[in-house]
Amino acid sequence: MTDIVLNIDGKEVKAKAGMTVLEAAQQAGIYIPTLCHHEKLEAFGGCRLCMVEVESRGWTSYVVSCLYPVAKDIVVRTRSPKVDNIRKVLIEELLAHAPDAPELVKMAEEYGSDRNRFAREASFCVLCGLCVRYCDEVKQKNAVSFFDNGSVRQIAFVPEVAKKECWECQECFALCPTSYAQAAYLLTEALAFPGQRKTPAKSAKDLALKSRMIPITPVAM
Amino acid sequence: MPRLQSAAELEKYRAQILAGRNPAKPCIAVCAGAACDGMDSAAVAAAFVAAGAPLGDKIEVRTTGCHGYCEKGPNVVVTPGDICYFEVQPADVPEIIAATLKGEVVERLVYHDPNTGAKAVHMNEVPFYKHQTRLLIGDNPKIDPMRIDDYLAVGGYAALVKALSEMTPDQVLDEVKKANLRGRGGGGFPAGSKWETTKNAPEKIKYVIVNGHEGESAAFMDRAMLTGNPHKILEGLIIGAYAIGAQKGFMYTRHDMPLLEKHVRNALAQAKEYGLLGENILGSGFSFDVELHFDVGIFVSGESSALMRSIEGNPPEPRPKYIRTSVSGIWDKPSNLNNVETWANVPQIISKGAEWFTSIGSEKSKGTKLISLSGNVVNSGVVEVPMGTPLRTLVFDIGGGVRDGKTLKAIHFGGAMGGSIPADLIDAPLDFDGMSKLGAPIGAGGLLLMDEDTDMVEVARYLMDFLTKESCGKCVPCREGMKQMLQILTRITEGKGQQGDLERLEDLIQVTGVASLCALGKTSGDPLKSMFRYFKPEYEARIAAGSGEPK
Repeated sequence: MTDIVLNIDGKEVKAKAGMTVLEAAQQAGIYIPTLCHHEKLEAFGGCRLCMVEVESRGWTSYVVSCLYPVAKDIVVRTRSPKVDNIRKVLIEELLAHAPDAPELVKMAEEYGSDRNRFAREASFCVLCGLCVRYCDEVKQKNAVSFFDNGSVRQIAFVPEVAKKECWECQECFALCPTSYAQAAYLLTEALAFPGQRKTPAKSAKDLALKSRMIPITPVAM
Repeated sequence: MPRLQSAAELEKYRAQILAGRNPAKPCIAVCAGAACDGMDSAAVAAAFVAAGAPLGDKIEVRTTGCHGYCEKGPNVVVTPGDICYFEVQPADVPEIIAATLKGEVVERLVYHDPNTGAKAVHMNEVPFYKHQTRLLIGDNPKIDPMRIDDYLAVGGYAALVKALSEMTPDQVLDEVKKANLRGRGGGGFPAGSKWETTKNAPEKIKYVIVNGHEGESAAFMDRAMLTGNPHKILEGLIIGAYAIGAQKGFMYTRHDMPLLEKHVRNALAQAKEYGLLGENILGSGFSFDVELHFDVGIFVSGESSALMRSIEGNPPEPRPKYIRTSVSGIWDKPSNLNNVETWANVPQIISKGAEWFTSIGSEKSKGTKLISLSGNVVNSGVVEVPMGTPLRTLVFDIGGGVRDGKTLKAIHFGGAMGGSIPADLIDAPLDFDGMSKLGAPIGAGGLLLMDEDTDMVEVARYLMDFLTKESCGKCVPCREGMKQMLQILTRITEGKGQQGDLERLEDLIQVTGVASLCALGKTSGDPLKSMFRYFKPEYEARIAAGSGEPK
């Protein structure tokens, strides 16, 4: 495949056709923040934090770099006042749900987001969909899924599937930026199929699984 | 009915239908449009059928789609003469039948001017109708949507015959491009260019789609067309498929309108039976078929890429990819989507030519536009006027002005993603670009009148509440941005506005507008933007009042 040369933050970057701007930037060591992106998963375009400014044939547009394909001679700016403001506000919107999520707190510092700007609604889940998509695309189990739409959208474990599949897996917990996936699973377990956890872990396998659980430590608000 | 094998056979069959009809025979058309149906026009129609039965061949009773004058339903039109009766009840039926047989008019049921008391008997005298140019919806009273022969009797499928027998696909495309037909669904994008993109896309398999979702609040003209005259849209779609080279079409429409579904299903079956759909249409060698699909009940399923995901059998989430659906749509095949009204315009462009079409309308917006008139208006209903018509004509001459003698405060266009303009802009012409510049884009054509008592903060809150429920919830700026805007607007309406709320709103409008994945989020702040442009003092006063500061 032929190389495409584009400009990212003033740097000439070589990329393969079919690559996204995000991939090209990462390859060149240029950082673009992401939240819902995961290299094993299909690009989702949900969090919009990777939005960048693209100048192409005299037109400036704002696109999400995780989906925007590289093209010859485009000029990409990963930071600009407008891009930074978009990220700042998006992070503020997410902080309303998960004010102490480490990834968000770190990004908030970078972009000057005010965690108290918008009305709090501590649902903890930021709906990045990493758990949902990982369970679907990688594990192909669909034990966790999106439910409802619009402002009441949420993730939830499907008890019938979760009972069979999750105990041995729990791989999505580590992907979750807010630990909500783990909480949602534990709640499902407690409500729908309690008992499993009461038995003390005996086998080495059980111990190994248990150690994968992420300890939940209270964070000062 | 054997399949029609050629254009000549269709024209012969049409001549037979017309020969079997006596234009002098009285025909009573009872509107069964959504509004009339709600006022039990079915009982009126049943009474006419019962009363007409003993008269045998002396009179014909026809149940039709929407006539347009929803405010005065149930509507009845008697031909010849297009005598309009309004607010007809089953008890009025014997009198209407008796008068009709004698060639007389039931004076008490015709239109009376509310101010002067002047009567208007014929359709072209009734103020609501006489200022309109009803190229698309005008056939509705003449057609029983369940009978394809009624559509053939008014010249239906003649444009398809012309396209298939006299024109190449390129010529059809060229005519539509020359006509400068712009999409009626909201964007006003030139339909011809979109067709061309799909036509030129390298894939062999291509699709054409009718977007009959019509989710825009206060818009009800597409369902009036699709329920009342389904063959017109189907004819446009077949012609489009021929021009583009599509083998398959989809009609995507509302799941919650049983009558619409019945009529469209029936139209598809009849068209197939007559040989207007399926293999080798009218012996032309062109084959095309159409499948009917229903929405899943949320507004965003009318967004082009979400609609296509829905047809594929997936949840209706807009696709985030940066590639146009006209190049890669349903199952990644080039898919041309136009809305109901856009397709409905195609047959007349082919029949009468681009030159005729471009003679109607404003400089950059050609043809007529269907408008749903509602809100604090005297005459609500479905209206059709040439593009470029001043809003004043729509609001006052056709709409009869504001209800209950109140003053007009604002005109809202384009539903939840549209905008509101103040009453003093009433002389603006109805035009895609002009209205967009004013901040009240036509959208699909829902025009809402708001009187002096309207609370503009509440209007914005109401529309935002609608959108937060109708968004798919996938992307952050749309889901969270709208939620925050709704919370702020709600507290302002409750008198709990805070300092900084307007700045917060402005920031949210901007970020949601730029960063959202699809048009729903991108335009969700538009009503609010128009409010800030024209009605900002109202917001400031409400916030000041809420913060305990003097007004």
